[in-house]
Amino acid sequence: MDLNLVPLLPEIFLAISAMGLLLVGANFGNESTKVISWYAALAAFVAIMITLNVPSDEEAVLNGLFKLDLFASVMKIIILIGVIASISLSVRYLIQQGIARFEYPILILLSAVGMMVMVSANNMLSLYVGLELQSLALYVLAAFNRNSLKSSEAGIKYFILGALSSGFLLFGISLIYGFTGTIDFEVIQNTLMATETIGFGVTFGLVFILAGLAFKVSAVPFHMWTPDVYQGAPTCVTAFFAMVPKIAAMGLLMRLLFEPFGIMADQWGQIVYFLAVASMIVGAFAAIAQDNIKRLLAYSSIGNMGYVLIGIVAGNEVGASAVMLYLFIYMIMTAGVFAVVLCMRRNDHVLENISDLSGLSRHNPALAYGMAILMFSMAGIPPFAGFFGKLAIFNAAVEAELYVLAVVGVLTSVIGAYYYLRIIKVMFFDEPVDAYDSGFPLARKIVLTLSVLFIVGFIIKPGVVLNAMQAAASSLFVG
Amino acid sequence: MDLLTEIGLAHYLTLAGILFTIGVFGMFLNRKNVIVILMSVELMLLAVNINFVAFSAYLGDLVGQVFTMFILTVAAAEAAIGLAILVVFFRNKGTIAVEEIADMKG
Repeated sequence: MDLNLVPLLPEIFLAISAMGLLLVGANFGNESTKVISWYAALAAFVAIMITLNVPSDEEAVLNGLFKLDLFASVMKIIILIGVIASISLSVRYLIQQGIARFEYPILILLSAVGMMVMVSANNMLSLYVGLELQSLALYVLAAFNRNSLKSSEAGIKYFILGALSSGFLLFGISLIYGFTGTIDFEVIQNTLMATETIGFGVTFGLVFILAGLAFKVSAVPFHMWTPDVYQGAPTCVTAFFAMVPKIAAMGLLMRLLFEPFGIMADQWGQIVYFLAVASMIVGAFAAIAQDNIKRLLAYSSIGNMGYVLIGIVAGNEVGASAVMLYLFIYMIMTAGVFAVVLCMRRNDHVLENISDLSGLSRHNPALAYGMAILMFSMAGIPPFAGFFGKLAIFNAAVEAELYVLAVVGVLTSVIGAYYYLRIIKVMFFDEPVDAYDSGFPLARKIVLTLSVLFIVGFIIKPGVVLNAMQAAASSLFVG
Repeated sequence: MDLLTEIGLAHYLTLAGILFTIGVFGMFLNRKNVIVILMSVELMLLAVNINFVAFSAYLGDLVGQVFTMFILTVAAAEAAIGLAILVVFFRNKGTIAVEEIADMKG
């Protein structure tokens, strides 16, 4: 019996820090929220350092439950960067809204542990437990503002649809278990390779699993919860939702489809193909009609998940590295956008409408120019980073001869450019309303600055990020 | 006649399939009360458990039963969180009728 816990050190550290901070919070009460938040961010930073120093190898530990390859390490680092950014964005907003309870950073840390287990899962059981640890924390976060009707409604909608998707996922897992006789990814892969014709039961199970995971990445037609949850949840929670959980779910999807079910690419390819096309189209068209910026960002994230799914359909190393690059750039852009959205308040009231941005360039040029760069990047206009993410995705699609997907992708990103550019138009050319409340916290400024710097500077040295993504993607295709 | 006299794997899978379908339909067709939705979720998870235990007995492999234990545990945690969110919603809205959960649309 081998017990090699070294690959789990980041998770163990983060879980213990969360418990420790919970004790501190229970002892000192809600006044300690600020301190606990910064310690939580620090813990996430230490977890990044541990992840960088733990050797990643292809061997699974804990009887095959858990695997730390380069893919998992890179995904974990991306997730933890998102966690640090969203905690930094949250602190002041929580205090302003009067919901600064110490559970908030701890719930984020716990969901981060769940997400890290998800991308490292090498077995259906660890997949399920990781996914639930993440989801249960997220349900509570969505309803975090418990005096707000909208927030509790967001929580209840997210909970119901999340529970439904877990049910689908589990039903699929049970069928896979029954028809292959195992829940271990490597054994599933070997069993499927050994069988001549893959049975109906396994295909059926895979479809259920895909439906369950499509809920988590909010791919159309399983996207219904996204706009409502994004709108209802407190804005700092929306920022977290938009940045991090989808990365973990996409990582899980990639591991699952490329490793155990790699041989069934013909079957799942059709499903993911449909999800990608539907998400891109719905994301582009539904966003046009939105007045609320959080709803708009929800539809934008649905559309962006459509682009990401193109890379998964491609099903090769180029596609996988494009997916990781796109997710990383998207996360950085979203962090910047939400840094601006969180600044939108007047006379202590939160503003959420796009029209509230009008004339921002005159009151607060720095904020407006930052947002403009982010919007150009979201629309995929060169030389900003968003363009390179899209370029990598479409390049993967063309190389895999998925011309229809590439064409739909380009067309929908043109439609998408309309509503991103509309925000710029509102900020620069519409008649100004009163200025926002001043006094933006330093952390928010830092997140916005770093995000804009990354997006502008990506073109100078793209190799740093690209090489890491390519190395990580190739580790996914070793087996 | 085997099908009628001997209970085999197919019977359990059919039962689980029917229970799962009832659970899914219970979620979508129910327009009255959120508690019914929570019950439907439980029904779906129990259908999955029947699947796992049936396969476990059929394959002579304990993994399925271990998985069932995990599902039961997580389902309990999930129900606790779901009810807590429901209580919060009730405090704000004063009702838990499904039609009333429609403040946000579009």
